[in-house]
Parts: sequence; C-alpha cells; structure tokens
Amino acid sequence: MKHSFFAKNPSVLLFLACLALFTIAVTVMSEAWGLSLIPTSFVKTLGKTLCLCLVALAMDLIWGFTGILSLGHMAFFAIGGYMIGMWLMYARTEEIVILSLANSPLPATPEEIRQGITSQIFGVVGSSELPPIWSFAHSLPLQLLLVLLVPGLLALVFGWLAFRSRVTGVYLSILTQAMTLTLALWLFQNDSGLRGNNGLSGLQNIPGLGQTSQDVISIWLFLASALALALGYLLLSSITSGKFGSVIRAIRDDETRMRFLGYPVESYKLFVFTLAALIAAIAGALYYPQAGIINPAELAPIASIYLAVWVAIGGRGQLWGAVLGAALVSLLSSWFTGGRAPDLPLGFYTIKWVDWWLILLGLGFVCVTLFAPQGLAGLLQRLAGPLTPRRGGAPLGPDPGALQEKEARE
Amino acid sequence: MTGQTTGATLLEASGLSVTFDGYRAIRNLSFAIGERELRAIIGPNGAGKTTFMDIITGKTRPDEGRVLWGPLSRSLLAMNEAQIARIGIGRKFQRPTVFEDQTVRENLIMALKAPRSPFAVLRWKPRRPDLDRTETLATQVGLGQALSRKSGELSHGQKQWLEIGMLLAQEPKLLLVDEPAAGMTLAEREQTTTLLTELAKTRAVVVVEHDMEFVRRLNCRVTVLHEGSVLAEGSLDHVTANPQVIEVYLGR
Ligand SMILES: Nc1ncnc2c1ncn2[C@@H]1O[C@H](COP(=O)(O)OP(=O)(O)OP(=O)(O)O)[C@@H](O)[C@H]1O
Ligand SMILES: [Mg+2]
Repeated sequence: MKHSFFAKNPSVLLFLACLALFTIAVTVMSEAWGLSLIPTSFVKTLGKTLCLCLVALAMDLIWGFTGILSLGHMAFFAIGGYMIGMWLMYARTEEIVILSLANSPLPATPEEIRQGITSQIFGVVGSSELPPIWSFAHSLPLQLLLVLLVPGLLALVFGWLAFRSRVTGVYLSILTQAMTLTLALWLFQNDSGLRGNNGLSGLQNIPGLGQTSQDVISIWLFLASALALALGYLLLSSITSGKFGSVIRAIRDDETRMRFLGYPVESYKLFVFTLAALIAAIAGALYYPQAGIINPAELAPIASIYLAVWVAIGGRGQLWGAVLGAALVSLLSSWFTGGRAPDLPLGFYTIKWVDWWLILLGLGFVCVTLFAPQGLAGLLQRLAGPLTPRRGGAPLGPDPGALQEKEARE
Repeated sequence: MTGQTTGATLLEASGLSVTFDGYRAIRNLSFAIGERELRAIIGPNGAGKTTFMDIITGKTRPDEGRVLWGPLSRSLLAMNEAQIARIGIGRKFQRPTVFEDQTVRENLIMALKAPRSPFAVLRWKPRRPDLDRTETLATQVGLGQALSRKSGELSHGQKQWLEIGMLLAQEPKLLLVDEPAAGMTLAEREQTTTLLTELAKTRAVVVVEHDMEFVRRLNCRVTVLHEGSVLAEGSLDHVTANPQVIEVYLGR
C-alpha cells in the first residue's frame, strides 16, 4: 500500500527527502549541536517558516484544491497559538511564583499560588480574577486538546452556517475576513480574558526547561515543526491524490454539476474548511513558542490575505508550490522588513526596503497573477516540462527544501 | 400505440406551478412516468421544458404542486439536489459538462454508484469490480482507449459521450436528457437514439428535444408542453394531428 502511494506520487518522496536533508543540515549547523554556523535567532526564523509552510498547505487544500478562497485561516493559526500560549504562560508563571513564595516562612497555599499567578499575568490589565477561559491553563494535555477543539469547533460552526446558506465566492471571502476581524477586535478588549492588546508573552520559555538554553529549545521546536510539516504534507498528499482529491477538485470546477452527481457539496466544504483550520491551529501552536509572543494583531485580516498571496505566488493546487511560496515570500519578507536588506540609492531617491517591500510584493503578486496563474510551481514545471514525461500531469518539480537552504545561507 | 407506460408509476408530478418575477413559467403541470418507459417532451422555446426538469431535480422549487417518487411515494420537494440524485435521478444538461481538468477515468470513478459522503469517499479504494466497470463503461461510449486522457482534450462529441457514460455509471432509475441531439452529426444521432431506447428497457428515460425527426425515431409516447402546461399527450402521430398542437408549435 505504502509502496504504491509513493510510486504514484514520486514528488512526495522527493519533498520529504529534501525536507529531511534541510532539517539535518540546519541541525548540524546550529549552535546547539554543531558547527554554530546558524545563529539561534535564525534557527527560530527557519522553524517559524516551516510552520508557515504548514499553514500554507492548509490554505492550498481549501483554496487551491477546493476553490474556497478563505481569507480567515490565519485566525485559526493564531487561536492555536493562544491556546498553547495560555499553558506556556500559566505554567511558567507558576514556576516563578512558587520560587518566590519558597522564601516565605509558611508554605504557600494553592490559593496563594493561584493569586500570585493571577496578579502576575493579569496585573497589566488590572484584573485580579483568573478569567474562566483560563480554567484549563494549568494542564498541558487539556490545553493541547483546546488547540484542536477551539479552532475546530469555531470552523465547524462558521462553516456550517456559511456553506448551508450557500455563500460562495467573494461573499465567502468577505465573511471570513469579517470573522477574523471580529475575533481580533474581541481579543483587543481587556475583558476578553486574554490580556487585550498585550497578548501573551514569554512563550519561548518552556515550563520545566528553565535550565535548558534557548539554543537547544529552538532546535527541538525546529525539529517538531519539520516533523509536523512532513506529516501534514503526507496527510494532504494522500487525501488529495485519491478519489477525495478528485471530488474536491471537481467541486472547485463545477459544484452544481457535483450536486447532480449526488455529492453533498456542503459537507465536503465543511470537512475541508475544518480540516484546514485544524492544520492551521497545529501550525500556530508550534509557531508562537518560537516567536515568543502573540497578540491580537496576529488575527488582523491582512495576515490571512498574506497567506493567500503566498499560495498564489507558490502555485495553487500544488502542495509543494504552496510550501515554496510560503517559504520564499515569508523569508524574503523578514529579510526586507528586518532592515537587513541594503538600501538602494538611486541618486535622487533612496529606496528603503522596509517601506518598499510591500510594493515589491504587490508587484510580484500582480505579475504572477497575470503571467503565471499556476504560480512558481507552474513556471518550474513548465521549465522541467520537456525533460520529464507528463504522465497525467503528475507533479515532478524541484524541491522546496533546497530553496530554503539557499535562503538560509543569505 | 407504442411505448405504453410499463410497470408501476415511478414519478408523478401534479399541479406544479412556478412563477419567475411575475411570469408563470409552469402552470398547473401534471406528469407521470412508469418504471421502464421512454418519454419525449416537445414544445416551443420557453414552454418550460428545462424548468420542469429543474423542478424534478431540485434546482427550482415550485410554488405549488407536488412531486412523488417510487412505490413509497416519497416527496422530492423536501430533498436537495444531491439527495435527489442519490435516490436515482440522473440528468444530462444541454451543454456537455465534464470535469476537464481530470482524466476520463477519474470522471467515471466519481460518477460510479457508491456512497457519496466525505468519509466514505476518503476510505474508498479502487477495487477490481470498480475498475472493470469503469473500463466497460468507457468502452461502451467509445472511450476505451482514452481512459488516461484529460477529458478537456476530448472533442465536443466525445465529451457528450463521456457525460453519457457518467450518467450510466450513476445507474439512475430515471434519466432526464435535455436536447441530446443538439450539435450532433447524423451518425451520432442514430447512435444516441439506439442508446436511449436501449436504456429505457431497464429504467425510465425522459428526453427533451426540438428535432422532430429525432423524436420520431425514438418511437415513444410524447408530451407536448405549451406555456407551462401539458397541451397534448400520446403517440407522435396522435399529438401532431391535434389542431391545437399544430397551431402553437408545428404550424409556425
Ligand atoms: N431562472 C429564471 N428566472 C426567470 N425566468 C426564467 C428562469 N428560468 C426560466 N425562465 C423563463 O421561464 C420560461 C420557460 O423556460 P425554459 O427554459 O423552461 O423553457 P424551455 O422549454 O426549456 O425552452 P428551450 O426550448 O428554449 O430550451 C422562459 O420564458 C424563461 O425565460
Ligand atoms: Mg431548455
């Protein structure tokens, strides 16, 4: 069974091999275990990039394969981050509080510890009560469950309402934007219980690993992200290559016709929407411990639009294309906006990339839309076209991993 | 008279009315067809033929009337398009609609009669009987050599045939065919009439057609629609002798 899957989808094996090589290379060059060629901060950037690649896969499933232009899936990504962030922050604060109370003459009661945690976390928003949504924050397993449960249920309810009333096309996109905006505005309020615009911070400090250096933690998180991306890729390529893939692509191309073939189109959309939300949530839960901080700005409507841009540039309907687009554009973006790109003096005007990057990205997006609707994946495939026999349009393209490696040396 | 209703009644529509923006496209229309019957529906442009098919397949909801299905007389009006398709009503549209981005095989496999829910489809694995059936169907519609080709590469006529193959794969109990002869060559028309009469031996088939020669060759009971209701019904000779029919349709 396994054999025939890889035999039919050689690009999956190729992708996994490239990802493995890339992962090993970064690990070997890291400060934790190797040659110290890659600074820890850059290991984190690469780890975060892998998470963005994973959420791009989810976006490709829903947009590229099923044709639903959701402009709200970064909300699920961020919620995944919030859910894991609550445990990280709570458990870490608990450690600190217990440590500071250890010097007091009487042993600290659970109530005192709780009070200490509450004032530490919520002092900034002037609250002395632990909000009810933090009820499970003390427990890692429960909070991990919430990483899946909260975005999953939200996607299920939202999707059910939207698809049942047959909202499609641009109306659905607007609705998803409204969803993520609403959530962001709600989170911005102090009484949302999630520290308002302060968000959650200190997430890079993993509870129980106080003695472990960030060099090591960053590599572990990086490896976890790579593993998640590999598993996500395997899952999505197996889903999209069989009859299910056929059906969702057909729904993308002509959903009315699929109804007359007897397919419950709405159920498929709901299934895909929710699955993509779950994958996004997992990606977010791995991303924010590496980012260290999460706040409501992460749910801004523009974040989900960027996600769509990555997938469009990389190549819709091609899993490795989505990964390529996300890696390329997000790394370039952090290079340009991080002030590391040298200014470009034109004599009469100096181009500062921090300001001009968005315009460059916009131009790139327009060019891709106009000249390469299949994205970079389509371009590369066309270049490779004469070399490889095109049997049933099987994707046989260069690997995204290699490109990330090239990026990594910059 | 040829093509009498055979078997029990499969579908019975009565008292149907539909109004579009004040225009009554269907007016108190009643129609019944047996389990193994071939029926042609003719009528001038705008008579409501396509709208009638839309009602049966759940695309358009009537303002009045009812549509009952099968021996249990289940109401179709309470079901959506997909449910109606699943109980066994297949439909061929005027323009050929196949999934151009996918191969002939993939198109046929999607149409094969099988559970349609996402979870069932996720678990679906290609098994010998399904693959054999796919090949048989492809051969039947002359696409045996084209199974691995993208259906977008097929000619217009081949797409028509692929769509018919997909309909057969669904194994419908009632087949609704809207203007099958449009854009077909003479030879293809003959093939189509043969196929339709063959199919009607095991199921009900409703054919909407403008072309009188085509209808004559079907050699079946004919229903004439005019302004949304039935003007006449019977053999082709019977209805063409009807003065009202001559006036509204044939005489022009
Ligand atoms: N969705 C709609 N909205 C408004 N009017 C409609 C709609 N669908 C059909 N009609 C009108 O209803 C009438 C019947 O249309 P219908 O398509 O059923 O005719 P037909 O018998 O199939 O004609 P043709 O032979 O041209 O295919 C026409 O006058 C048409 O303009
Ligand atoms: Mg019509």
